[in-house]
Amino acid sequence: MEALSLPTALSLVAGGGAGLSPELRAALATSLPLVQRDYRFERVWFWGCIQGVRGAYYIAQGLGPDRAAPRSRLYSLNCLDWSLLTPATEEMLALAEEVKGRFQGDPSFEYSLAEINAEAAARLVQSGKEPVIKEEARLIATIEEIDRAVGIVPRGAFVKTPLGSVHENRHFEGLSLVEAKKLSSYFHFTEPANLKNKTLLEKADLDPSTDFLNSLEHDIPQGSWSIQLEKGGSVVVLRSLLWLGLTFYHVPMTKQFGYVYFGTGEKNLDLPFML
Amino acid sequence: GGHGPYQPHEPGYGLDQPGYSPYEDEIPDPQARMLAIKNAKAYLLKTSTKSGLNLYDHFATMLTKILDEQPENTVDIIETISQDVKWAQFRKKMDTLRDEHLIPPTFEAAEKSKALFVKEVGEEDHEELDEEMGEPALPNVMETAFYFEQAGIGLSKDECYYILLAFKNLVNVQPIQTCRFWGKILGLEMNYIIAEVQLREGEEEEEEREEEEEETVAEEEKEMGEGEEEEKQKEKEPEPPKSTYKPPPEIPKEANGTGTNKYVYFVCNEPGKPWVKLPPVTPAQIVCARQIKKFFTGRLDAPIVSFPPFPGNEANYLRAQIARISAGTHVSPTGFYQFPEDEEEEEGGDTYEENPEFEPSPVAEMVESLAMWAHHVKGILKQGRCVWINPVQKSEEDEEEDEEEEEEEEEEHQEETGQPLLTLISEDEGMKNIPAWTAQASTNLIPEYSIAILQSNRWPGAYAFASGRKFENIYFGWGHKYSPESHTPALPPPAEAEFPTEPGITEATDPTVEEELAFKAAQEEALAEAEEEEDEEGEDD
Repeated sequence: MEALSLPTALSLVAGGGAGLSPELRAALATSLPLVQRDYRFERVWFWGCIQGVRGAYYIAQGLGPDRAAPRSRLYSLNCLDWSLLTPATEEMLALAEEVKGRFQGDPSFEYSLAEINAEAAARLVQSGKEPVIKEEARLIATIEEIDRAVGIVPRGAFVKTPLGSVHENRHFEGLSLVEAKKLSSYFHFTEPANLKNKTLLEKADLDPSTDFLNSLEHDIPQGSWSIQLEKGGSVVVLRSLLWLGLTFYHVPMTKQFGYVYFGTGEKNLDLPFML
Repeated sequence: GGHGPYQPHEPGYGLDQPGYSPYEDEIPDPQARMLAIKNAKAYLLKTSTKSGLNLYDHFATMLTKILDEQPENTVDIIETISQDVKWAQFRKKMDTLRDEHLIPPTFEAAEKSKALFVKEVGEEDHEELDEEMGEPALPNVMETAFYFEQAGIGLSKDECYYILLAFKNLVNVQPIQTCRFWGKILGLEMNYIIAEVQLREGEEEEEEREEEEEETVAEEEKEMGEGEEEEKQKEKEPEPPKSTYKPPPEIPKEANGTGTNKYVYFVCNEPGKPWVKLPPVTPAQIVCARQIKKFFTGRLDAPIVSFPPFPGNEANYLRAQIARISAGTHVSPTGFYQFPEDEEEEEGGDTYEENPEFEPSPVAEMVESLAMWAHHVKGILKQGRCVWINPVQKSEEDEEEDEEEEEEEEEEHQEETGQPLLTLISEDEGMKNIPAWTAQASTNLIPEYSIAILQSNRWPGAYAFASGRKFENIYFGWGHKYSPESHTPALPPPAEAEFPTEPGITEATDPTVEEELAFKAAQEEALAEAEEEEDEEGEDD
């Protein structure tokens, strides 16, 4: 969620019971603008918080002029001092999927890969590295996975220019109440994978400048999003059931939207049994 | 000169004539100029064959819109503005019917919320009653919310206040002795707000009697039904084999006011919606709830489709999960509660009272050591109850035949014991390398006003805080237990054999040729012997 609109946004996602203490909010209000200045980001988003067993990680994202470019991510243990995280690599993602269980809360904690997956450990040893994965790498991979899987934006909020870069649509006035209840009005804010697989009929209705992303309609398994209207229909809240803790909010007919993650950073693999 | 020659329908027609070019100083013949303008305007007014719009009106509308709104960097977004104007045009022309004045649900909800704020007429009487009773029944939701907010836990202030008003309604309607905000459980379509309540003593007995009456009526009907069926069956010819499956004896639920049914729970979907009372929980429901993991939909009558089949609907599943969460995560500072001194301390003791000599420990200690916290809700045994009961005791009531059968098949039910009440939470087992609880102080910057916060790792979403003499438990979450391994559903039991093994229907291998010959030979020998005997007998005569 936008760093500037943090207070209102936090009150809109508070339906799940998770939020930030006044101390952390105040700290964010001072430290995020400084981050923006130091790293020269155009926008800073507060991504959320991953609860570890002994401590929590607070994550922020900085965006440059092209909003769809890979984002810089920073983490902090106290919302004051932020450290930049290296971009995620495929290797990191593959390794981090093996690690299960809670985060410990200490970025230098090392998960011993030998216990988890002997093959991967052997491969690492062969390439000359230790068969461990640091919690920091796991953190990077988890954030990237969550963004790819469930980071969503409303349809029309972003436009793609003919040059390929993506900007906020200044003409976006919000979804209508009817549209806001449909899953097809929300897009994953990642590289579209199956845009070309749509039928010609569907493609005829699309507008290439706004419909350049995957919508949520075809998410597997079906029903992995919970849409609710809170406050009598004045806020639409989407909660992901695949990554429990990801909450997206949008106030229909206004430009306000955003998502935040408050959770343990674990994928809900039991989802098919729970529906 | 200029360009040309222009056709009459082109703009600029007439401008290529000498004297009419825009660069000449002389004012050209106004008539020709006017003609050119008219032609240009006529061109602009031409209706499009496809959409029925014309460029002139379109430009006019667009410019009006731009001048009204005056956005920045208009030239960059001119195409979008043009598109939007066209879309707006389109919609208006298509609708020949007038739109119904739709009242968005926002306003209905606002009406309902407003109803919460209305003070009832007879409330002054209620207030007097409360003073006599002593403690106020209404929980101080806002105070609890303030403390939990220090840890970043809790709902928005508005929602908390609505919940407080909804509690006021609940207290006015139901005969409530004590009441507490238990927490909020999220669902797919709607959420649940849960109140933990103790009803006044007289009321509970009435309800128990009502429930018992209903149960006995149902049993009587069943028996009558069975009697009729038996008569009919005797008339029929051989029946298909009956199942020999005997379900395990049903474990009776705990009485209202004890064990898992110590408190009564009321739920509502949203403050303003009516409160619904949840039924008491049975051990079978708890045992089954431990084996399944399902999301709540938000509708209390939704069926739970699962294996093992859950005995009940979503209301029962919700009640079972509430019981499990309470038993697992309701804690208080050690020493706040104590066992009553006048009663003997039984192992299955379920009652506790406040300790008047409780000295609150400083927050730093509460965070350092988990031994400063204790459970004040009894844990649930494997059986599904807090106090173990021998299920075989019921056989005395059954007929004699059943008794004999049961004695033969009786399994040894071992008595289960759980941890006694007021166990310290440091005794809680962790999972793998994750402790059962995480303790933190709400702030490290201002230790004078920080409070101790406990988070449960076994039930993510369960929190507790303690500050001086105040403490409280709450739950915000989806209502499921954490397990480091993935959930594996129970496998169905092996299929029952259709027929009991009897010699008449058991398969045997066909005899081989040698066996048949040997049998035939043996038969012939026996025949021969019998004939000899007969001959002998005949000879005797």
